[in-house]
Amino acid sequence: MKRTKLFKLMPAAILAVGMFMMIVPAGSAQDVGPSISTLRGLAPLDQTGSAPRIPQTEETDRQRARNYPEQPPTIPHKIDGYQLDKNGNQCLSCHARTRVAESGAPMISVTHFMDRDWQALATVSPRRYFCNQCHVVQLRTPEAVENTFVDVDSLLAVESKPGAN
Amino acid sequence: MTKLMNLVRNFWGTMRRPSVHLSLGFLSIGGFVAGVIFWGGFNTALEFTNTESFCISCHEMENNVYQELRTTVHFTNQSGVRATCPDCHVPHDWTDKIARKMQASKEVWGKIFGTINTREKFLEKRLELAKHEWSRLKSNDSLECRNCHSAESMDFSIQSPRAAEAHSTFLVTGEKTCIDCHKGIAHTLPNMAGVKGWN
Repeated sequence: MKRTKLFKLMPAAILAVGMFMMIVPAGSAQDVGPSISTLRGLAPLDQTGSAPRIPQTEETDRQRARNYPEQPPTIPHKIDGYQLDKNGNQCLSCHARTRVAESGAPMISVTHFMDRDWQALATVSPRRYFCNQCHVVQLRTPEAVENTFVDVDSLLAVESKPGAN
Repeated sequence: MTKLMNLVRNFWGTMRRPSVHLSLGFLSIGGFVAGVIFWGGFNTALEFTNTESFCISCHEMENNVYQELRTTVHFTNQSGVRATCPDCHVPHDWTDKIARKMQASKEVWGKIFGTINTREKFLEKRLELAKHEWSRLKSNDSLECRNCHSAESMDFSIQSPRAAEAHSTFLVTGEKTCIDCHKGIAHTLPNMAGVKGWN
């Protein structure tokens, strides 16, 4: 009597074990390893992970090369605490046309004086007023993912080689 | 008029006569002790009004300018050295300090009559208030900055190239003073349209 009951349960037990074994490899296949993790890190959901250190801002005060002609130049100095709102624009206190003689900073380019119809204005166009919409500082931090960007010059050099393509 | 003259004459008569009932010891030692208590009390009260907790006991200060200071390097930084309100806004020398305290009676008036008792009123008046501070620092060659920041002790070699160049060109030569370039370092700026150096 007891034995027959056990046999009756056997298929269910095999099914359960089989399901479990299927689930486990499937779970580990989704685990892509420690190289990539979500922004919140490896801390379990019910715990708060430790915040990463705030990286230092690169402060070389030298212009960096642009990767393509239209790239907004990156900012080579700290801008911590700079006020940039409708009351004042601290960037312009050095980079404005009237200020560069004294400050020695590069002047904002002529495109900043144009409205969206390419009409040149006397002062900075409102759509170009908020500098850090395009211009950003660079941090001393390792790359999160590998950068495969190829400069246009290197691309042309490869194409103009005899035998390429 | 003759009544007043009589009063003055009687007072002078009393003052120039030797004391009949009080001993010389009581008058001299008692006078000295009373002087110590009076002067000590005055100075303690003066120093009490020279603390940050006193400044931000008014909501005008606590809700506006103090909250802005809290986000700046003068409130929190690597080394933990910080500036409190009076470090920048009250002169450290005694005579200058008393002069500033007398000026501050206008601020008591403003507090009583609610000149800036709402955020809107404060923002409305912000440019005027800021201009007072800029002109004060301009006229005393940024004395309150220089109480801590000395141009002689600045190591230009460890400043960023940009800062080193600006300081050696304009600060050391005396061509400019701190506040000329460093406006709005501890508090948010008002509308800067029309202020020299700002566009």
